[in-house]
Amino acid sequence: MERQYLLGNEAIAHACRESGVGFVSGYPGTPSSEVIDVLRIQKDPSFHIEWSVNEKVALENALAAAWCGVRAICTMKHVGLNVAADPLMTSAYTGVTGGLVIMSADDPFAHSSQNEQDTRCYAHFSRLPCLDPAGVQEAHDMVRTAFEISEEFSLPVLFRPTTRICHSKGDVGLGTPVPNTKKGEFHKDPRQYVVIPAHTRILHKKLNEKQPALKKRLVERGLNWFSLKGKIAIIASGIGVSYVQELLPPGVSFMKIGAYPIDEEWLGEFARKHEKILVIEELAPVVEEAVRQVAGCVPVFGKINGYALYEGELSPSSVAEIMTKAGFLEKNPFAPTEPVQNLPMRPPILCAGCHHRAAFYAMKKVFGESAIYPSDIGCYTLGIQLGAVDTTICMGASITVGSGIANSGEPRDVVCTIGDSTFLHTGIQGLMNAVYNGADMTVVILDNRITAMTGHQPNPNTGVTAAGVETPPVSLDAVCRSCGVTFVETVDPYDLTGMLRVLADAKARKGVKVIIAKQMCVIVARRAGVRRGMYAINPETCTGCGTCVRFGCPAIEIADKKARITELCSGCAVCVRVCPVGAISREAKK
Amino acid sequence: MTKSYDILIVGIGGQGTILASNILGEACLSEGRHVRGAETHGMAQRGGSVETHIRIDGDFGPLIVPGTADLLLSFDLLEALRYSHYLKTGGKMVVNRQMVLPTSAFTLKTPPPTVETILAGLERFDPCLIDAEKLAAEAGSILAQNVVILGAASWSIPLQADSLISAIRKLVPQKTVDTNVSAFEKGRAFGRTC
Repeated sequence: MERQYLLGNEAIAHACRESGVGFVSGYPGTPSSEVIDVLRIQKDPSFHIEWSVNEKVALENALAAAWCGVRAICTMKHVGLNVAADPLMTSAYTGVTGGLVIMSADDPFAHSSQNEQDTRCYAHFSRLPCLDPAGVQEAHDMVRTAFEISEEFSLPVLFRPTTRICHSKGDVGLGTPVPNTKKGEFHKDPRQYVVIPAHTRILHKKLNEKQPALKKRLVERGLNWFSLKGKIAIIASGIGVSYVQELLPPGVSFMKIGAYPIDEEWLGEFARKHEKILVIEELAPVVEEAVRQVAGCVPVFGKINGYALYEGELSPSSVAEIMTKAGFLEKNPFAPTEPVQNLPMRPPILCAGCHHRAAFYAMKKVFGESAIYPSDIGCYTLGIQLGAVDTTICMGASITVGSGIANSGEPRDVVCTIGDSTFLHTGIQGLMNAVYNGADMTVVILDNRITAMTGHQPNPNTGVTAAGVETPPVSLDAVCRSCGVTFVETVDPYDLTGMLRVLADAKARKGVKVIIAKQMCVIVARRAGVRRGMYAINPETCTGCGTCVRFGCPAIEIADKKARITELCSGCAVCVRVCPVGAISREAKK
Repeated sequence: MTKSYDILIVGIGGQGTILASNILGEACLSEGRHVRGAETHGMAQRGGSVETHIRIDGDFGPLIVPGTADLLLSFDLLEALRYSHYLKTGGKMVVNRQMVLPTSAFTLKTPPPTVETILAGLERFDPCLIDAEKLAAEAGSILAQNVVILGAASWSIPLQADSLISAIRKLVPQKTVDTNVSAFEKGRAFGRTC
């Protein structure tokens, strides 16, 4: 067996190929994105692969492919599953023919997310099985199992790795890729695929009837298992399993939950053999609630009685602390440590030369501090550091929040920002709605031609597909006009003069105004070989006023009370206009 | 409890912590050893502070517990201090002398830290301080600073230097193999003395 040092998501992608996957779809979202990014660069793929415009679209496409008998995987981050929840709930009724795996990657501690929701709750809600890996090797192995279970029970299977698995690495034993040989074939069966009330009531009953056998099979397949060692027991799931196993004292029973739904009878029998039980799991107390329902009078320790936290991610030291507090470890083996205090933070920041910074700067210059700036999800959320992001809730919600504020009677200007990918994801509906319902607002589409934050995935605006095939790019201008917007202007945000003028025009008008701030992502431009030269500050002219450093470009720093441009400069030249004394100019060629 | 050798690699997004991790992981594989690692991906990479955990001979989770790391590799002076609490008593620290001041130091009106104050904070760890930029430039590219630091630390890492060099040859772009191997050797030569 071949072993490779792989990222969790790379191992998952490899397992898709070992499973003979025939259809791959998804929407990028950290920590899930690399699965498709790895699959889409395979040479001569035997599968269809796409970045879909959003998760609902991705899931519906994958579901239909699975109806046609092809093995399909659909990837997204946990909050993407909210967008896909509509087809998800009813896909449990219609079922599938080819295996369908829905990978929804959870993000405990919200490393790069807006919340800490738990995909396992969707599994419970939809009555779909859910596989929950504890490590990189298991994430790989579970993908193959997930396809098999999906086909055995004709149900989509949720697969829920977390950040600590998607972005962990390990030496992984791999199988051999199997090319997909299946061609999709749709068999008409309205009673299965047309969920009118008369059909859906029967389908719901069938879904419920599958549950007992499903619960038993997850145990038989070794996804849920235990070892009896003594009178007290720890039950763990996800990455918590590895932390517990590293600390588990002899004489303590251990149960691993790797799949849901849990067989209550099997769980109850284990629980009642013990005098006390500790549950270690991340996010919602899914396992703990199941244990409490069957444990009878056996005391259970977990989140519900305050031994563990609902929020955040587990770590080896937090697990040691919980085990000690609940009396499962005599002494915490890890001494407490204190990080050095008062060091300047180094948060992520918009790149040197990022055109979002220029757009935010111009917006604030024209609309001022008092205007309200709803924003959205992307690199540009970092505009919060520039005071140009007042709200962010979920994908596409900048325009809708903006129109809601504008139509609430709030008299101040509303200027919202949204990226091109996010606009195509769920922004268009909001724009149509804002025009239809008479909002007064300015929408700035920060158009960098790519889905940058998650790793530069192409979208319909890029003009290339996930597989690298050229395709006609969407015209954002035409989309906005067809939504009924009459003021649509496209500007290069590096052209600060033009940007300021167009924003001032928009400010003077009523209704919904759209400004498309269009410029290639600076990282993509650099990779494509764009070199604009560098800029420098004349120390004789510079007064050290600090206006340029407050602009926030990481290529500008203060040394000896004068500003200085470092080698990070990408040559966007926006700071030339920002400097009040004209001290910045193109560096003479060396 | 565990016999793994735990290395924390820290730096700033874009400095090549992930390549350093891949070299270590690949070297482990070639020696038939287990390895676990954890990395920072996504938005946090945009110039933010990043950390990569590597547990050589690790069989369990990928995360290193603060206060238990055997080795801390830092690609930036300030980041070494930020993560210094991860090092166990007597652990080894290999640190780039270079420091990139975070933009927050200018926009937030907190006085920026000086090299002297940071060096004073690191003194009790007896760090191996290395001018990685200079050595990398001598090797052919300042982009190879990560490999210079890895070379300097290689005396402490329980892997054969040959395994690390083979991993470098396998993982870096073909036209930069010589530069990177030279960077590793320059780092290794420097590391012998500290």
